[in-house]
Amino acid sequence: MDNSEKRIHTLAVLVDNEAGVLSQVSRMFTRKGYNIESLAVGVTHDSTISRITIEVLTDLERAQLLCNQLRKLLPVHSVKLLNRDNSIKRELLLIKVATPDSAARNEVVQIANIFRANTIDVSTQSITLAVVGDNDKNSAIEEMLDHCNILELVRTGIVALERGMNTIDEDTKEKGEFDYGKNVL
Amino acid sequence: MKLKGSDIMMECLLEQGVDTVFGYPGGTVINLYDSLYKYSDRINHILTAHEQGASHAADGYARSTGKVGVCIATSGPGATNLTTGIATAFMDSSPVVFFSCNVGEAYIGKDSFQECDTVGVTMPITKCNYLVTDINDLASIIRAAFAMARSGRPGPVVIDILTDITKAEAEYEYIPLEEHYKYGKLATLMKRPTHNLKPHEPEGDIDKLVEMINESKKPMIICGGGVVRARAHEELKTFAHLVDSPVAITVMGGGGFNGRDPLTTGMIGMHGSQASNMGIDSCDLLIAIGCRFAERVTLDVSQFARNAKIVQIDIDRSEIDKNVKTDHHIIGDCKRVLEIINRKLEQQDHSKWKEYVFSFPTETRYEEDGETLTPKQISDVASEILPQDTIVATDVGQHQMWAIQHFHYSYPGQLLTSGGFGAMGFGLGAAIGAQIGNPDKVVLHITGDGSFRMNCNELCTEEYYKLPIITLLYNNSALGMVRQWQTLMYDKRYSQTTLDRGPDFVKLAEAYGVSGIRVSTKEELRLALTAALKDVRENNKGCVIDCAIHANELVRPMVPGGRSITSFIVD
Repeated sequence: MDNSEKRIHTLAVLVDNEAGVLSQVSRMFTRKGYNIESLAVGVTHDSTISRITIEVLTDLERAQLLCNQLRKLLPVHSVKLLNRDNSIKRELLLIKVATPDSAARNEVVQIANIFRANTIDVSTQSITLAVVGDNDKNSAIEEMLDHCNILELVRTGIVALERGMNTIDEDTKEKGEFDYGKNVL
Repeated sequence: MKLKGSDIMMECLLEQGVDTVFGYPGGTVINLYDSLYKYSDRINHILTAHEQGASHAADGYARSTGKVGVCIATSGPGATNLTTGIATAFMDSSPVVFFSCNVGEAYIGKDSFQECDTVGVTMPITKCNYLVTDINDLASIIRAAFAMARSGRPGPVVIDILTDITKAEAEYEYIPLEEHYKYGKLATLMKRPTHNLKPHEPEGDIDKLVEMINESKKPMIICGGGVVRARAHEELKTFAHLVDSPVAITVMGGGGFNGRDPLTTGMIGMHGSQASNMGIDSCDLLIAIGCRFAERVTLDVSQFARNAKIVQIDIDRSEIDKNVKTDHHIIGDCKRVLEIINRKLEQQDHSKWKEYVFSFPTETRYEEDGETLTPKQISDVASEILPQDTIVATDVGQHQMWAIQHFHYSYPGQLLTSGGFGAMGFGLGAAIGAQIGNPDKVVLHITGDGSFRMNCNELCTEEYYKLPIITLLYNNSALGMVRQWQTLMYDKRYSQTTLDRGPDFVKLAEAYGVSGIRVSTKEELRLALTAALKDVRENNKGCVIDCAIHANELVRPMVPGGRSITSFIVD
């Protein structure tokens, strides 16, 4: 593939779970004028470490440069540019639709069933669905509901993991080289 | 024992072996200054005229001594006045810890008097920064900050302390420096679950480089700022002579390789010598040591070292392939890496290649009419009269390039210059820091009339503390470097670069209590400098020598940005 072709790149970043770290990480993107397409942050199985998943539209070379600049930050433990073919991506979408009558409600429920979305809230005037999927699936349900009256919609942002035994903090030569520069002794 | 926050800070400074700090008091740091009063027998505080001067002084102190510099300023404007100095230290990887205090906890985030989000403002220009909101973290943060500032690739660290914390009390326990890593924040950093604690061993990478050197017929070395920071000048000397390779020196590399060594080709890049730039263009192996290939060095990246395999030796992995694609890299402190390589290398001989490279001039020759003082004459006279180990601090512009091209530096910390950030006004502050850190050496401050106007207020610091700094002012009544671009690329439209205005620098110097003299010939300069040196040695008195040079003098050679490194528009 042409390295200068722009496409969505997914970066997974392990960081210290501390104040100010997110702004240090996101600053790297603003500095270069990139818009963050998607951002998800949460604590990992180790409560001192958070994992940030970022999607950014750029070419491969710049994405790699971004990874290197992130790896240099002290609160950053590891960074991986996820391979599209070898990773699983999911996001949670909550969508609140106005359902003024039972016909409207039935239609929404039917669409929800097709997409295996959960109905998580119902009132006389509205229904709220939750759906988990990748970008394509979530966009598809959004499109199907577009002609209904969508009151609110929220996405958590993409989270992603690699398939198989691969993990983000594998002990590679490159990681050793970055860690060397961060040795505090 | 229970201590006030500000006293804990003093104790932590003593743990680090700090005996000198630079700064300026203000409302929120008043407790720190109260403690400095109490600790004045052990910690010497240098009061500057402006926080920016203090920031450059702490930086100059750090660069010239190799120790961590310390600087203190108050909240809001105090902290923002530091930012030029912080950014300068950051771009040139200089280890400085900056302390500022912020407003009290009850007032923070409420746009209180002299409030500023210091951590937010300094985030992009520090290696890391901290906001201290809990007295129990204070000692641990200060210990971590010093370790960060000096370890790996050094850099500035900012600690912003809420003013309440400076008067709050907490338990303080002395911990010797070598045991800091066992406690608090540093211990956490050491025990990171994802951190690879095995020491990184570059042996394999080094063997590959040795092989590449053995195969090379036309090797070239670049000495960058990393050599200076690692103080690896001895190792580099051995290496260069083993490889028998010409060595080009970057602006930041000045002092990393002896400028009088027969192997040096002088400066490289936009104002690099012909020997350096032609050498880079023709070599078949380029070994860049502690050099990040800034665009002032590479110019057109696609043409840079186009015939060579490029090897980069750096401590910071993120510099590899950032600006120039490399064929091989070695990560490590260059002192350690060079030591290992030197043990494995056999003596090479590249006489023919050296003959080719040194057929080009390593220094520009300037025409002289015998009457007007030229920049080269100024350097010649200064080199002739001043001791060889004189520390040189420069500002930014034409005089900076002349100072780097025509003085020969022989040890790390001898040349102090704002290479990355290019901050005019750096020179005098840096000279003050250097003189305080090196009381036995002569410190020469080289500046231009544009730069000097920016921070000449620090002459009062120079006078008050009896710092015998000699200022050589290259006065062309112009903002010379910008004017040079206007001459060469803007059809001589001298927009806002003619500085035909005051002050009278001789009177200015005298008003501040240091000597001032104006010279316009080589002979006058010789007399003035001899007298100045005598005054330095006998009376501890500084001097400003205002040297009249012609505004049409150009820094030569010059390659315009974005062109190939050999496209000299003036030679």
